[in-house]
Amino acid sequence: MVTKGNGMGARSLRGKAVVAGIGETPYYKHGHSPDSEFKLALKAILAAANDAGINPKDIDGFASYSNDRNDPSRLAAALGTRELRFSNMQWGGGGGGGAAAIGNAAAAVATGLADCVVVFRALAQGQFARFGQGQPVKTISGDMAMQAPYGLMSPAQRYAMKCMRFMHDYDVKHEAMRAVSMASYQHAQANQRAVMYGRPLSEDDYDASRWIVEPWRLFDCCQENDGAAAIIILPADRAKDIPHKPSFILGAAGGSDHRCAAPSHNHPNYASANFSSVAPRLYEMAGVTASDVDVLQSYENFTGGVMMSIVEHGFCKPEEVNEFFKPETFYAPNGALPLNTSGGNLAECYMHGLELQIEAVRQLRGTSTSQVKDPDISMVIAGPMVTPVSNCIFGSEATI
Amino acid sequence: MSVGYLPEGLPIPVPENDNLSKPYWDGLMQERLMVQRCKSCNTWIWGPEWICHACHSFDLEWQEIEGLGQIYSWERPWHPVHSALKGHGPYLIVLVELPHAGNIRMIGNLLGRPEQEVTIGAKVKIAFEHHKDADPPHTLAQWKLI
Repeated sequence: MVTKGNGMGARSLRGKAVVAGIGETPYYKHGHSPDSEFKLALKAILAAANDAGINPKDIDGFASYSNDRNDPSRLAAALGTRELRFSNMQWGGGGGGGAAAIGNAAAAVATGLADCVVVFRALAQGQFARFGQGQPVKTISGDMAMQAPYGLMSPAQRYAMKCMRFMHDYDVKHEAMRAVSMASYQHAQANQRAVMYGRPLSEDDYDASRWIVEPWRLFDCCQENDGAAAIIILPADRAKDIPHKPSFILGAAGGSDHRCAAPSHNHPNYASANFSSVAPRLYEMAGVTASDVDVLQSYENFTGGVMMSIVEHGFCKPEEVNEFFKPETFYAPNGALPLNTSGGNLAECYMHGLELQIEAVRQLRGTSTSQVKDPDISMVIAGPMVTPVSNCIFGSEATI
Repeated sequence: MSVGYLPEGLPIPVPENDNLSKPYWDGLMQERLMVQRCKSCNTWIWGPEWICHACHSFDLEWQEIEGLGQIYSWERPWHPVHSALKGHGPYLIVLVELPHAGNIRMIGNLLGRPEQEVTIGAKVKIAFEHHKDADPPHTLAQWKLI
């Protein structure tokens, strides 16, 4: 049952900020963007401002994550914004900061640090290095010195052993992860923006695909893409001015549990997506439980991360994974937990998960290409297995 | 011709410029497995750090331990992500837990056939893999089934 949150009063974000606008560039395969990364960022921000019905010059804050290369001061100068009041970067790599950036933007407008914050992410991997390749260095120091000489370099290799241990502990079958992949590809077939639109996936295709790193096959791994996405956040009292059904931020949380980044894979709670402490904090602030969630976007760097995320957010027990993780569970509109309804990182676009935030908002507006019927609670889980991770919940007007 | 489990050309481990992990890498070249332990509260520390995460003492010592452990998790990479691995085929990475040293974990390759079945919990011991002709020379800590 949805409640008014944890009663923290002033010390809560619940209902204090609203998503006013969403914007994206077209999504491309990696290296295929005709535009530079900075130009992609500008285009997405202008699209989000247009969607919100605001003048882009009124943007006074920028929030991003994962060391986005597009500096807010340069963006503000290029856009000719009147002034810059909030310039925010969530530390940590991967997509773990996607929901935290929403939370940071919401916190800024809720507390008067800024009036109009854009959350953005832009990637042009043709212009810069790819994620999924080891770097060509002669020597290496620090934590990676304990890993790279043994051939452990890419994100998939960094996280596969967490998943392998989880599968061992709970006797998880590969079919559970296949269901996550099937859901993303199924939903991408309805979404013309999706890079994998027109490229359906069968269970046989999945089973026949090559190993990337056991326990993960090709279709367990996200794409790498070029593009940009942006979301405009305003204080909640501006909700009446926006030209859409409002999506209120009910809560956001970020972080990780005890010694998550202990070197050489010494995280005590190893077989984990790293949400064991973060998920309860989100639910507490939002006044929501897992059974209230109408639709879920859960960041797929790798399907096994989605699996552990869903468990840690209380949608099923770890012992129930083989039973719960069926494609039908995750298909919109009628599945028990409609998942990644735009196609997500696997099949729409790897925009570092910001496209998942946008899809969560579309669901509340009623404009998804795989629409769930009249959702009130739309949740996003960002960047499993990295640290810090983050998550957020958007609510319809009825939840406020 | 590689002297090691994996082809030559992967990044070579060297201590940080503050030398935090130097005793570990020097120890491996002498076939000694060195890890850190807090002199104040006896907590085992791995990987190397300047402070004890349990009691905040900076008084840590390097202690030699027996290279014995059990497989905590594993993975088998197939897709090469580094030019040195192109055309090499699959290989095995194991995460080894050391129960006699506070259950700290270390990463290495599991020697033997890359296609072998791997069992979590299997007992392993260390195998020092010397790269004496590399520049700079170094030794990796590999693992083999007992």
